Amino acid sequence: MDGTQEPDNGDVPRVGLFATCLVDAMRPSVGFAAAKLLQDAGCIVSVPKAQTCCGQPAWNAGDRADAAAIARQVVDTFGAFDYTVAPSGSCAAMLRIHYPALLADDPVWKGRADALAAKSWELVSFLTDICGVKSTGVNHDGVATYHDSCSGLRELGIAGQPRTLLAKVDGLTLREHDTADVCCGFGGTFCVKYTDIAAAMTDKKIDAIAATGAQTVLAGDLGCLMAIAGRARRRGIALRSRHVAEVLAGMADRPAIGEGE
Amino acid sequence: MNSAARGFPERAAAALADPVLGAALDKLQGEFRRDRGAMLSRMPEFEALRDRAMTVRNYALADMDGLLEQFERNVIATGGTVHWCRDAEEARATVTRLCREADAKTAVKSKSMLSEEIALNDALVDAGIEPVETDLGEYILQLRRETPSHIVMPAIHLNAGQIGDAFRKSHSDRDSGRDLSNADALLAEARATLRRRFLDADVGITGANALIAETGSILLVTNEGNADLVHTLPKTHIAVVGIEKVLPTLSDAMAVVRVLARSATAQEITSYTTLVSGPARTDEADGPRAFHVVLVDNGRSKMLAGPYADALRCIRCGACQSLCPVYGAIGGHAYDAVYAGPIGAVLTPALGGLERAPHLPQASSFCGQCEDVCPVRVPLPALMRRLREDSFRRPDIAVAGRRLTRFWSWAARRPALYRPGLRLGLAMLRLLGAHRGAIRSLPFISGWTGARDFPVPEGGSFVEKWHASGREPKR
Amino acid sequence: MSARDDILAALRVGAANRRASASASTSDPVLPARATGAAIALRDRFVEMALFAGASVGSAVAAGIPAAISAYLSKERLGDRVVLAPEPALVSLPWRSAPRLEVRTGVPGPEDRVSVTAAIAGAAETGSLLVSSGSRTANAAHVLCETHIAVLPAGDIVGGYEAALSRLRGDGGAMPRAATFITGPSRTADIEKTPQIGVHGPKRLHILLVNE
Repeated sequence: MDGTQEPDNGDVPRVGLFATCLVDAMRPSVGFAAAKLLQDAGCIVSVPKAQTCCGQPAWNAGDRADAAAIARQVVDTFGAFDYTVAPSGSCAAMLRIHYPALLADDPVWKGRADALAAKSWELVSFLTDICGVKSTGVNHDGVATYHDSCSGLRELGIAGQPRTLLAKVDGLTLREHDTADVCCGFGGTFCVKYTDIAAAMTDKKIDAIAATGAQTVLAGDLGCLMAIAGRARRRGIALRSRHVAEVLAGMADRPAIGEGE
Repeated sequence: MNSAARGFPERAAAALADPVLGAALDKLQGEFRRDRGAMLSRMPEFEALRDRAMTVRNYALADMDGLLEQFERNVIATGGTVHWCRDAEEARATVTRLCREADAKTAVKSKSMLSEEIALNDALVDAGIEPVETDLGEYILQLRRETPSHIVMPAIHLNAGQIGDAFRKSHSDRDSGRDLSNADALLAEARATLRRRFLDADVGITGANALIAETGSILLVTNEGNADLVHTLPKTHIAVVGIEKVLPTLSDAMAVVRVLARSATAQEITSYTTLVSGPARTDEADGPRAFHVVLVDNGRSKMLAGPYADALRCIRCGACQSLCPVYGAIGGHAYDAVYAGPIGAVLTPALGGLERAPHLPQASSFCGQCEDVCPVRVPLPALMRRLREDSFRRPDIAVAGRRLTRFWSWAARRPALYRPGLRLGLAMLRLLGAHRGAIRSLPFISGWTGARDFPVPEGGSFVEKWHASGREPKR
Repeated sequence: MSARDDILAALRVGAANRRASASASTSDPVLPARATGAAIALRDRFVEMALFAGASVGSAVAAGIPAAISAYLSKERLGDRVVLAPEPALVSLPWRSAPRLEVRTGVPGPEDRVSVTAAIAGAAETGSLLVSSGSRTANAAHVLCETHIAVLPAGDIVGGYEAALSRLRGDGGAMPRAATFITGPSRTADIEKTPQIGVHGPKRLHILLVNE
């Protein structure tokens, strides 16, 4: 398969891939991994050019006006697809949970936001819960641990799905760290505004991961992974950070996050 | 110790550098998670109990005026008196007056966060009345002239050595060479010392975990049994309580009881769960001859009418603090507020104004553990976000990164400008990072690189690469 | 306007906003499974939960209570003296069958080490005793002494707290000054989160179940 997509015949799901600003800017390989996983699951993948950001920074900063404006832009850009899928729990939660709240009082946009929300999914849970994927048929040798990004876990209920698919990756040993569901300290601009507090939280996450002996940490959100990778490097701790999509798509041969080439 | 002169970032930094505090917080949070897991396996219906508690608290808030009037009638019917206080000053003045009227020289107190909120002890001291805290944690803090750092475990930040030092310094009538090296010795000394104070006190001051309208009762929940000695031995019992604590019926109070200790300490129930209704009856074997309930508003009625009213459901279990990773890093004193942690981040500005505590709603990663664990489902992250909205609109409140966030939003709404801007930014980062993989220092994002390396971008934008690859389906 | 008027006026405004979304609380309580069951199951559960909470539990027929108390004090080396709450059901027991015991009736004082009271009911859901202050039983009798022995007829074990409170209030519905659910001995974890027993209230709670 060279990735070229056939024009759809009407009953193949058309997925709008919401890359997320971090994947788009920092790690395009995650976007390609996501596309591969979706295509292998039988979807036609489209990447609308007009996408930039889901508006989380504005929303969490309390800038409701800008967040609503960005929401309308996203609703407009992605409204036509059967599904909108993002390789990020926090961005998917924006579309699924917060856009309806943001645009609830807007008579023009409320219906459209509700419609988009109903079709918006985080990547891994979309594969398992909607596409029925049981295994991605890849192998990856090594010991890894999985970090539950907060939004994905608590806003979208994503916990079993990545573990189910990772269990089917040949050669991969998954070891749980005892605080898998505890915040890594990223929190968007939180880690920049309250650097020291955030770093202390990331240190606890890294120490818990190190206690498992895992060489790699996987997660569904790039922000978490960048914070963990950056802090581990600063402390001189050898730990590879990858997006779970990279492993599931069999595309984990590139340098890990923050690793030199 | 608290210093209002230092801002939140300075206090947080000092807390992060304190190894005694760090060890205490790690123990608190690690054990809380473990114990809570055990509690949940013993109580499979916990979610249903939470829903019930939330319903009960919502119902109470929706009829707060009527219920408080009913409560007052029933307190009076049992022979008690109800006093209404708009703010902390009125509350202090009322309690002080009641103590004076009882010719009180000493007042034993059981734990009451509200009494901290209204700064009652200082007012009593000024009036020549000695307040004696009897909850062991609060007693230790009183000796050290410190404030509580956690809602239910007030002295959790201290180690046994610090407690022993406090006893040695204050219990000067004892043999200075005595062994205070272990918790048993400390407990025995505290029990013996405070026993005398219970027996000699003129007035007992409690808070209340709930006010029950149906019977004019107050609910008092402790593990130590100190509240029961406080409301039984002295001649006068004064309960100082926030108005939001009112509940309709005894059955509703039991709904709260079923989730309170389970959430606070992961116990099934506290050792003592008491309903006090009025003063001693004429033929009663013991008990206070006078019973007063001092109802305190202090911003609550205003909060009820505003966007933060859901936080009034709070039953003061402290679970949010015990789980919050920010609290777990810096402890309660860094918040410089009566209520710390997630509930404090909402209550402090909601009751006292944003200008009083601008950092508190900002210093959160919105991980959501607090809302997850709250027995009455207070939507803490959403309330903090709403406070951030208020802050964002106020030029008098400094919000870090306000301009940067607005610039980002401005760019994000203009894909035609965003794309070339991104190309430029990524190219610069790749130049700075070369092949090292990560950048150690970046002046314009020193907030990041101060504590972590910044991963160098892979190169190029995914959206652009995708379209350049020809993989976008033709329409 | 008085403070009371101001507060109620402000609350009326706020409460009105909340009324739309609040549902009635007249719906039935949520009773956990532990608070339900047949009498035998509830009795076993009461004992199990009381032990879990750190109480000790013994049983006797009514006529055997004084001997059972004497045996307990002897075993635990707690001396021979008890202060007995002067409830008819307790006073009328055959205390002479436990000649070693020195029984005083009345209100406990700081010199009393063992207090014996009668419990109103037992709530099986958490092994909790419901006790009450009254004209004969001082409230201090439940919390002042180092050792508290509570006499509870097994037939007064119910499932949940509400049922226990119903027993207390009876038809008249009046509450005593102090009604307390006691679950295990007095405890604290205020010193380095180390669980410890016997802070201010009793160090020992012994429940004596009375069989018919």
